[in-house]
This record gives sequence, C-alpha cells and structure tokens, in this order.
Amino acid sequence: MNKINNYLYTVPKWLLFFFGVIFTNVLFAQDAKPEMADLMRSNGKIYVVVAVCLTILIGLFVYVFLLDRKISRMEKENN
Amino acid sequence: MEIPRLFILNETIRNLYFHVCMWFGMMILFGTSFVYSIKYLRGFSLRNDIFAHQFAAVGSFFGILGYATGTIWANYTWVTDQSQSLGSILKEPKLIGAAIALLIYGAYFVLRGSFTDIDKKARVSAVYNIFAFAMLFPSIWIIPRLVGSLHPGAPGSESGNPALNFKDIDSRLRMVFYPAVIGWTLLGVWITTLKIRLQLFQDKSLINE
Repeated sequence: MNKINNYLYTVPKWLLFFFGVIFTNVLFAQDAKPEMADLMRSNGKIYVVVAVCLTILIGLFVYVFLLDRKISRMEKENN
Repeated sequence: MEIPRLFILNETIRNLYFHVCMWFGMMILFGTSFVYSIKYLRGFSLRNDIFAHQFAAVGSFFGILGYATGTIWANYTWVTDQSQSLGSILKEPKLIGAAIALLIYGAYFVLRGSFTDIDKKARVSAVYNIFAFAMLFPSIWIIPRLVGSLHPGAPGSESGNPALNFKDIDSRLRMVFYPAVIGWTLLGVWITTLKIRLQLFQDKSLINE
C-alpha cells in the first residue's frame, strides 16, 4: 500500500490536473450526445416504422397462411 | 409525404398509419361481432353465431398486432428518451387496460371451446361477447383517459385526444390516416369473410335455412 502511495507522489500535479480536464471533457461529450450509434435510432428512428410495418405484414402473412392450410385440409377431406 | 417534425417521436409518428389503424380496425371488428351476437340472440340462427365468432377472432388478431407494434414503438420512444424505466412502462394504464381487454376476448374463445352442445355454446358465448364488448370501453378508452399515462389522450398531456378529436391530429397526417384506417379495416373484413365462408361450408349440415 505504501508503495502505491509513493508512486502516486511521483506523478506531477500538473499531469493529474491535465487528466482531470480531459476526463471531464469526456463526460460532457457524453452528455451532449447520449444516443449511441444504434440502427433503430438512426435517420430519425425511421427503422422503428420499418419494424412495426414488418411486424404487421409478417403477422398477417402467418395468419393467412394458417387459414390457407385449413382450407387445403378441408378440401382434402371432401375429396 | 411531409409529416410534422416532432421531438422524441421523430419519424416514428408514421406508425400512426399502422399501430393506431390496428386498434381502430379491432374496434370496428369487435363492434361488428357485438352486432351479430345481438342478432343471434334475437333469432337464434347459427349463421349469426358463426359471423360473431369469426369477427371476434380477426378482431383479437388485430388487437395482438396492435399490442406487438405498440411494444416496439414504446421501446424506442418511451423507455430512454423521457428517462422512463421498464418499471414505469409496466405501470402504464393503457397497456394494462389493453391487456385486460384482449384477455377478456381470449376467455371468449376458451368459453366457446369448452361447450359440446352447439346451441348452448352459441347462446352463452353470444351473451359473453356482449359483456366483453362492454368491458372494452372502460379498459381501453375510459380508464387510461382518467389517470396519467404516457400514451396520447391522457389528461395533462399536450397531445390532446388524437384518437377521438379530429382537431388534435395534424391535417397532413389525417390525409393518410383516415384512408389507412378504412384500408386496414377492409383487409380485416376480407380475411373475416374468408373465415366465415370456410366455417359456413364446414357446418353446412348444421345450418338449416
């Protein structure tokens, strides 16, 4: 423990101040731009609309496909 | 198409043409189902029972699609931008109300499936369907508008009441939204007619008219 403290004293004070300034800049930069490079949040979140539209289309296709299978089964039974 | 430029929502306001239309379509299909249930109780014609059943089925399907699209939309507009956690989303009265309404309709199909006698099934489920439609109004329209909610239409929000008051929705959106409601509803009605025709064909021997 003492050894670590000794190392800390060898670091010049101006360097610590310099690091402090840099890291606060990083923090401020995060504040100014909280949104990450996320696909769903890019281009004005237009991909959310794409996802919603695809959900409905896939849902409807699955539903109609199941209905189609039901009709096919019934046709087979009647023949 | 030009749309209003909004904070947080950004381009996702275009979901109005999909998510909201699903719920409008669901209301219209459930309403039709309600009318056919009343018609069944007036004359006890099994044909009307088949109509009511299939309209409720496709209506529930539209409701599930509306719920699924709502979760996607909420995930990118409610969760982070307004520093809302998942906990506050789960307390959302609109979501709870919509879930209750869909579960009540889920119980309608459970009830139908649990009868072996066709006439008794039709009669009890028609009465239940009228109750389910009546429960739809407090759970998805009234209660979320009485208590605070992130969803538009809640008291204290700046959005007004876009679903019911046509002055609260931008005219540019209205130009697409109303035709979209009609289009999605007609798509639902078309799928319902296919299902009804199939069911009428299967139960041909039961319906004597």
